[in-house]
Amino acid sequence: MAAGNFEKYKSDGSLAGNALEWVDARFPATSLWKGHLSEYYAPKNFNFWYFFGSLALLVLVIQIVTGIFLVMHYKPDAALNANGVPIAFASVEYIMRDVAGGWLIRYMHSTGASAFFIVVYLHMFRGLLYGSYRKPRELTWLFGVGIFLVLMGEAFFGYLLPWGQMSVWGAQVIVNLFSAIPVIGPDLSLIIRGDFVVGDATLNRFFSFHVIAFPLVLIGLVAAHVLALHETGSNNPDGVEIKANIGADGHPVDGIPFHPYYTVKDIVGVIVFLMVFSAVMFWAPEGGGYFLETPNFYPADPLKTPPHIAPVWYFTPFYSILRAVTFPLFGLDAKFWGVVAMGASVVIFAFLPWLDRSPVKSIRYRGPIYKTLLSIFVVVFIVLGYLGTLSPSPIGELVSQICSVFYFGFFLAMPWWSRMDKFKPVPDRVTFK
Amino acid sequence: MKKFLIALLFAPIMAFASGSTAHIDKWPGSVSDKAALQNGAKLFVNYCLNCHGASYMRYKNLVDLGLTEQQVKENLMFTSDKIGELMRVAARSDEQKLWFGATPPDLTIVARARGEAGNAGAGADWLYTYLRSFYRDENRPTGWNNTVFENVGMPHILYGLQGQQVMNHETHKLELAVPGSMPPAEFDKSVSDLVGFMVWMGEPQQEYRRTLGWFVLAFLAVLFVVAYALKKEYWKDIH
Amino acid sequence: MSNQGKMDCGRRRLVVATAAVGGAGAVAALVPFVSSLLPSERAKAAGAPVEVDISKLESGQMMTVEWRGKPVWIINRTKEMMDTLPKLADAVADPKSEKNQQPAYAQNDTRSIKPEIMVVVGICTHLGCSPSQKFKAGAEEGMPGEWLGGFLCPCHGSTFDFAGRVYKSKPAPTNLEVPPHVYLADTRILIGEDKKGA
Repeated sequence: MAAGNFEKYKSDGSLAGNALEWVDARFPATSLWKGHLSEYYAPKNFNFWYFFGSLALLVLVIQIVTGIFLVMHYKPDAALNANGVPIAFASVEYIMRDVAGGWLIRYMHSTGASAFFIVVYLHMFRGLLYGSYRKPRELTWLFGVGIFLVLMGEAFFGYLLPWGQMSVWGAQVIVNLFSAIPVIGPDLSLIIRGDFVVGDATLNRFFSFHVIAFPLVLIGLVAAHVLALHETGSNNPDGVEIKANIGADGHPVDGIPFHPYYTVKDIVGVIVFLMVFSAVMFWAPEGGGYFLETPNFYPADPLKTPPHIAPVWYFTPFYSILRAVTFPLFGLDAKFWGVVAMGASVVIFAFLPWLDRSPVKSIRYRGPIYKTLLSIFVVVFIVLGYLGTLSPSPIGELVSQICSVFYFGFFLAMPWWSRMDKFKPVPDRVTFK
Repeated sequence: MKKFLIALLFAPIMAFASGSTAHIDKWPGSVSDKAALQNGAKLFVNYCLNCHGASYMRYKNLVDLGLTEQQVKENLMFTSDKIGELMRVAARSDEQKLWFGATPPDLTIVARARGEAGNAGAGADWLYTYLRSFYRDENRPTGWNNTVFENVGMPHILYGLQGQQVMNHETHKLELAVPGSMPPAEFDKSVSDLVGFMVWMGEPQQEYRRTLGWFVLAFLAVLFVVAYALKKEYWKDIH
Repeated sequence: MSNQGKMDCGRRRLVVATAAVGGAGAVAALVPFVSSLLPSERAKAAGAPVEVDISKLESGQMMTVEWRGKPVWIINRTKEMMDTLPKLADAVADPKSEKNQQPAYAQNDTRSIKPEIMVVVGICTHLGCSPSQKFKAGAEEGMPGEWLGGFLCPCHGSTFDFAGRVYKSKPAPTNLEVPPHVYLADTRILIGEDKKGA
């Protein structure tokens, strides 16, 4: 299905036809269009869970467009203005009040950040449900994990920019995590900050990362993710390879052209998503204090830590795992192992294609072991996320330790338990209707 | 970093000690009550703006409360004569730091900053309770203390209106010892108006935002109907 | 494309309907983005009318005030300066100020409300440089011998007389702009507004 196997466009003699032929002789317009849309054959049995890929792309576009407009008014400057407020903080309020339409653009961007993670988490969960990471789609999955890592960085850098209390103290805590790495740690956090505390130098470099470096990498990875997917073809809720069953017309029997069938379907998904998105953005832009954390309405004060620091909700599952490690090991202190555990809890997703040894891909044909463990995993992930928003407490610590053990156990023991299940026979064709 | 970790460790205890013992009253007002907001604006510029800035707000925005520019100029502008100016504080921040030990915080978005995760309205409730909970305490340099903000640096600015409350150490309740110019119910209404103004000021376009939301959702609903019909039409092909 | 021929009427109607409604939504979504490009409230506040006291402006002097980030000249013209204006009727491009570069109340021989007080935006109408003063007649300030006094734009050599009228055959297309202004009192001018605001 790779682009390039399509015949060049032949003009029908009309002006537009001639122009298209001229372009197509010099640029793979027809190939791209057919290879990725009109003759990209996708399984016809996509369900609800298959909306989130195109939605993630939509949110990426929203973030880029709103970001471009925000940069026109935002100023990454930690110095105080004439009213004693940091210029960066004041420039966000300037956008909210003085720039016509600015509040809406800002809320789109801040709501978009949370929406991005919601969509990406659901997209990843789809992979777990139907074994989308399995051979031959390992590389698609690895690019996806790369996107997730870069997205976390992008979100982290962006969160500093409003220069509120949570921005600065959150960044302070996270950057200090790097100092836990033996030998190079302290110098590493100094290099990241460019100052001895999170200050103007940090704000400026985070701004640079947030608006230039990371978006560039993100777009590149997204392109690679989609290209790799279109090389192998999409998985589906049955985990059946549709390419194994080619019809007389040379196309998969269970495949349908992405365009128009999935474009019209995804448009419906986009509209439903935009309804939910708009409801949050217009009626609860603070997301109940989880999308815009209330301490961030105070300008950054380097002398006063807010009473309770929590990362934004999308980081809290991993943050909980960090906090769950409270004991030293092998002569290295708990802080170091906490950082290792947090890093590992994200990176471990990359190993899924090789950890999973089940003979079937989709949950539909897997047995009670997988269904139970995956359900518990989801609960554990949510519990960890919830605990991460709370202040540390002894009971919370114990619960997060139990959850962390399960979290890692789920992955590390997968080569064994994934084989032991009771499997159902996988059909030759996808199930439709 | 160590200090910071210790702070983090003790944070929940401090959070517990600093507030949750006091009862927080629900703010009874609404940001759609224009008359109340106008009254709140008047109280704000008369009592708060002397020490606290509202430096992200422009006087011009007050027109949205249903006032003319002339009314704003005549009744609400003391420190500035340009309607487009920001609502800056009259006092200088370095001098204030000398008097109060800290620069009084800017109040433009204080109602949002005082909110809580899971309860966006908590900021208004807190302000409403806080402004009514000052009591006489001779141990404090200002002569005032507050039940929801222990050892607060700010003196009771509204005591001329409310009068003076004292702490009854047996019941742990506040009692009005010296009445002010307003009866308690009237004072509560005034504070409610003032808090309403601060909630409004935190996001002056909030009512418009909510209204616009209905239009956007209605539009998307129409678009959904059309797009869903289109999807159905195309998917007739697929068996 | 080939499959468009097969498309039946109902399907086409739905495609058009979806595109129309969706397109309308897309245009509406542009509104906040485009309006964010307009001058903000801060820019508007900075561009508010400026009040000027001209009681100390002596005859023959010029003062410059800033309005919307642009220099506005106020010139108290001497009798000699005023006398040059009728003489230049053939030398300037638009002697009667017919082009719309001034409010109606300044469309007269002196381009001003009070004859001797000239209020004009000091920005050359060619490419936006600010012309310099060449008030002395004759060749004294490096001008040609027949020069009667006025302004010279250093960028591309446009010349203007004491009423801001541009000389013929110069790059600047029109006379200098007279901003809206009003006399609040005999010696107090409000620049940027025609009548006292509400």
